[in-house]
Amino acid sequence: MSTVSVRDVTVAFESVRVFDRLSLDVEQGELLVLLGPSGCGKSTLLNAIAGLLEVETGQIWIGDRNVTWDEPKDRGIAMVFQSYALYPRMNVRGNLSFGLRMAKTPKDEIDRRVAQAASMLHIEQLLDRRPDQLSGGQRQRVAIGRALVRDAAVFLFDEPLSNLDAQLRNELRDEIKRLHHRLAATTMIYVTHDQIEAMTLADRIAVMKDQKIQQLGTPLDLYYRPANLFVAGFVGSPRMNFVEGTLEQAETGPAFAAGKRHLPLDGYPFTRPPEPGRAVTLGIRPEHIALNGAGNWDGFTVDIVEPLGADNLVWCTDGGLSLEVRTSGEQAIRPGMPMALGIDPRRVSLFAAEGGERL
Amino acid sequence: MTAAEPAGRRPRHVTWGRIGVYAFLLASALFFLLPLWIMLLTSVKTMDEIRLGNILALPADPTFQPWIAAWSEACTGLACDGIQVGFWNSVRILIPSVILSILIGALNGYALSFWRVRGAEVLFAVLLIGAFIPYQVFLYPLVRLFSVFGIYNSLTGIVIVHIVFGMPIMTLLFRNFYSSLPRELFNAARIDGGGFATIFLRVMLPMSTPMLIVAVILQVTGIWNDFILGLTFAGRENLPMTVQLNNIVNSVQGERAYNVDMAATVLTALVPLVVYFASGRWFVRGIAAGAVKG
Repeated sequence: MSTVSVRDVTVAFESVRVFDRLSLDVEQGELLVLLGPSGCGKSTLLNAIAGLLEVETGQIWIGDRNVTWDEPKDRGIAMVFQSYALYPRMNVRGNLSFGLRMAKTPKDEIDRRVAQAASMLHIEQLLDRRPDQLSGGQRQRVAIGRALVRDAAVFLFDEPLSNLDAQLRNELRDEIKRLHHRLAATTMIYVTHDQIEAMTLADRIAVMKDQKIQQLGTPLDLYYRPANLFVAGFVGSPRMNFVEGTLEQAETGPAFAAGKRHLPLDGYPFTRPPEPGRAVTLGIRPEHIALNGAGNWDGFTVDIVEPLGADNLVWCTDGGLSLEVRTSGEQAIRPGMPMALGIDPRRVSLFAAEGGERL
Repeated sequence: MTAAEPAGRRPRHVTWGRIGVYAFLLASALFFLLPLWIMLLTSVKTMDEIRLGNILALPADPTFQPWIAAWSEACTGLACDGIQVGFWNSVRILIPSVILSILIGALNGYALSFWRVRGAEVLFAVLLIGAFIPYQVFLYPLVRLFSVFGIYNSLTGIVIVHIVFGMPIMTLLFRNFYSSLPRELFNAARIDGGGFATIFLRVMLPMSTPMLIVAVILQVTGIWNDFILGLTFAGRENLPMTVQLNNIVNSVQGERAYNVDMAATVLTALVPLVVYFASGRWFVRGIAAGAVKG
């Protein structure tokens, strides 16, 4: 039942500013992912929202309450940590109920909530075990359960899946997504450096780098219309192809030129009037290049092929330029084959070479 | 013929080096065990047999009379109640000193590692420096201070002295242990609504078993073996066992009763000995854990 609002917040460690006057609004019931490389300040921001770190300036609002000076336990939040942080000397039941016991909740209410959380996460048969008798995936389920029983309005996840192996990570990711649907009124803030986690879970993603929010938008926004070079390169796997070049004014309209290659940009949604002669970087998603289609860029040969089953990742090169192309896995493609590449100008992204912002 | 191919477990050979190592270890063990052996032998001999001077000979007529005498009849100056008086004094000093010094050390370590105490680093450094200043420097100022507060020559006084002198090493031990625990655990407990005391008592202390055992060993042996602090601060009524032992051995009228002295010495050494034997494994483990993580 709560929005989360971060207003002009500064956090500093010993006079080093971790971030400066940062603002962010999370809507009620939304799952917002803070995505960024390590050291970008995303976990620090989460800790500030949780009240585990003091802010130097600004305010934090949860719902219609200013919680800037409140203790973590009084903010109506629950948190899940990367290292699970289960209490090692308590069994699972003790871990789940610790917060409720601290809050002097009646015994039957505790039992009811623990049973409910345990059945939601399929950990009923583990209630009497100690954390060191659980596997990593089970531990993280218990940690999520500990957050669930608190019945909090806001859930904070601090890289909850980073310590798990790939298969468990997928499994628990689905579990968290399901949880988010079931607890439709609960606001969730989720920190990760994994862009696939971010894309699959988020209602909106805030991409952070260098202590700043680079772009805030829906996953598809970020994917198709990245606001700058960093976001374009960070989101999406395999990575977006980048080609350095200049903007030109051809007879038919603006065009991109890199050496002997040209790409007319009619139909490209410019965010500002194109300036001919400007140095730019062209970004093309691997799946937006057609092999042997309407080949407007020819003279490539296949360098290597990485089969993924459903897809093939094909590296094509013309000697100078190397582009990665995603294509159907059923096409028989071998290294050395000549290729013409079809690039749709409506689906590329154009960035200023200097500064990296979207044009 | 084919040479033996390496397969399976590699054969071990007895080398001269190995024999040397074992010889050295054996010699060292003998060196330390021999005095104990002689003490035990002498304590069960009669004075007549001791006078013969064969200190390594087995007792011809074993008797436990010297042990009984040492425990309940040996004289320290005018009183002849044996060393049992000192034993019970030491127990009375030991129990509150050990419990309180460990609790305070653990609490200090917890506060210094998890709560953002203003000037925590400086505080900790000062505490550590305290551990390296020789006791003797403190003796006289503390005597003056204690007599001002009226606790000089009292049980309270000696317990406070032991707590204060134990604090640096106890704090160091627990601070290093708590610093090695993930901070997220503490954060989780804070979100769950634990305060300063609840997190300490319900989350941190139950996890500290290995460190608690190490601390008990260090403090029990240290406080039991103390001589100078007990002599200075405890007062005549509360003199610990070590001081009483010294008085028994040194207050001689007529012939020196070697067997009684030996029995009294072994009795005094019994508590630390039992602690080492009972917990040697834990002790090494705790020290090693502190060394790797600290």
